[in-house]
Amino acid sequence: MSRLPVTRGRARLAFQANVVVIFVFFYVPIVLLVLFSFSASRNAGEWGGFTFAWYEEFAGDRATKDALQASLKVAAVATAVSVVLGTMSALALERFRFHGRRVFDALMYLPLIVPDVTMAIMLLLFFSEATELLGISRGFGTIALAHIAFSISTVSVVVRARLGGSDDRLEEAARDLYASRWQAFRHVTLPIMMPGIIGGGLLAFTISLDDVVVTQLVTGPGWTTLPVHVFGLIRRGVTPLINAVSVVMLLGSMLLVVLALLVSRLSGQDSKYIH
Amino acid sequence: MTAPTVTQVQPQVASADLEARRTAKERRFGLLLALPGYGYLIMLFVVPLVMVSVYSFGTRDRFGQTQFDRLSLDAYGRLADPIVRDILFRSLWLAILTTVICLVVAYPFAYFMATVPQQWRNLMLVLVMIPFWTNFLVRNYAWRVILGTDGPLSDITSLVGLGDIRLLFTQWAVVLGMVYGFLPFMILPLYASIDRIDGRLLEASRDLYATPWQSFRHVLLPLSMPGIIGGSILVFIPSLGAYVTPEILGGAKTTLMGSYIVNQFQGARDWPLGSALSVVLILIMLLSTVIYFRKDTVRT
Repeated sequence: MSRLPVTRGRARLAFQANVVVIFVFFYVPIVLLVLFSFSASRNAGEWGGFTFAWYEEFAGDRATKDALQASLKVAAVATAVSVVLGTMSALALERFRFHGRRVFDALMYLPLIVPDVTMAIMLLLFFSEATELLGISRGFGTIALAHIAFSISTVSVVVRARLGGSDDRLEEAARDLYASRWQAFRHVTLPIMMPGIIGGGLLAFTISLDDVVVTQLVTGPGWTTLPVHVFGLIRRGVTPLINAVSVVMLLGSMLLVVLALLVSRLSGQDSKYIH
Repeated sequence: MTAPTVTQVQPQVASADLEARRTAKERRFGLLLALPGYGYLIMLFVVPLVMVSVYSFGTRDRFGQTQFDRLSLDAYGRLADPIVRDILFRSLWLAILTTVICLVVAYPFAYFMATVPQQWRNLMLVLVMIPFWTNFLVRNYAWRVILGTDGPLSDITSLVGLGDIRLLFTQWAVVLGMVYGFLPFMILPLYASIDRIDGRLLEASRDLYATPWQSFRHVLLPLSMPGIIGGSILVFIPSLGAYVTPEILGGAKTTLMGSYIVNQFQGARDWPLGSALSVVLILIMLLSTVIYFRKDTVRT
């Protein structure tokens, strides 16, 4: 297909300026935050000489470290479960016809567009009745169950995008060549889905580590995740300690981005087989 | 092709029967595969959704407990209370403002991205994706630091002689934070839809003496409509229900719907009102989705 016409002259300059302004807008706050986390000033937004003190304070801060641990635990469990359920759903929706398929398809999209606050209220009401029925207490269990509820759809959408771009005749060919259903799945379908599964899993992990409002409303006494803990700290006022914790969270996010980009690059290389 | 002989038809019939049995088996297998995810979503999404609707028809007794002895429209009636109405309108206004700003800023960006060579395009795409993946709370907090009393922004404004500009804890800070947070949601669908447009159509319009404005208005704009609508929904809905951004950057005088809803469940203990507001949010969301898919079917 033919390219869009490139703008020239002064108009082009305006377009370029817009791009530069947007990237400055995106990245300057992040850079400043990293900078201030090494500032010796007691004021969170002021440069007062270089120091590691706030990171040392973070390392010695029991509550923050507990919250970080809790966050990682919740994210790991929520990701594992939603990857399994989301992948199964994606496979069913993309490769099979069954009763209720269309309803399921529509239902899958809803958690992606429902605002966080609404999701939080829905789950709060649900757990206000269900914790007694199910015999679980508010805390780790309810947070993980809630995070799975919004992560299944994420994983499913990413895996489906991958499956949808592939040719289902590949599986048929494998079956024609006397592969059992399991063998065709194991050696054809699963490798096709794998980048989607990993990508979806990374996204689910990120979303779990991002969530504040759902966790805040379904948690119980004594259980808090890192974002909820930090959110509470921020509401009491900005401190250099929060700067340091934020930068650690930032590094975590960056690590996940790099992994996600690597996965998409690797999957780009083998995509010649699945166009 | 000549007419099929009898011997060719015979196995056809047998395999049709086999085919039917295979299809039935496939269907069962597909359902089995979908069942865990399906069940989970019914349990932790559909049931909670129904519960919110039920609670929105309840009433609150003197102790803050929700009663269901009669189905009541009380909570919906209270949406017209001056306080609630102001919060609703303010949230709507700020969400619309955020969406419009994102659209105006992102459109030329997305167009430009679609015209640059492939390697630049990939770099730009990665640079847009990074903030999209970066922790949302941290990104909001960064602005809190920047806009703070002795923060870098006030340093700059006093340096150029503007004096202290107090942006933090105003609704402008909230809009700034939401634009910052949701801009990638606008750029990505816009880029996806502009990138699909055949450049020859624009050239043709120019050849037919359209002014740049006319070819934008009558060619580019209609063809990129799916991206405009998709991106606008992706920005508008989270802006309308925003909680973290207004809590961190907004002030006590500018309560928005998200915070107000949460407060009904934490401090105020008015569950029916909070539920009714959530139902309103859900209805707005469903309405936008319907608009989006209708536009989609019209186009294809």
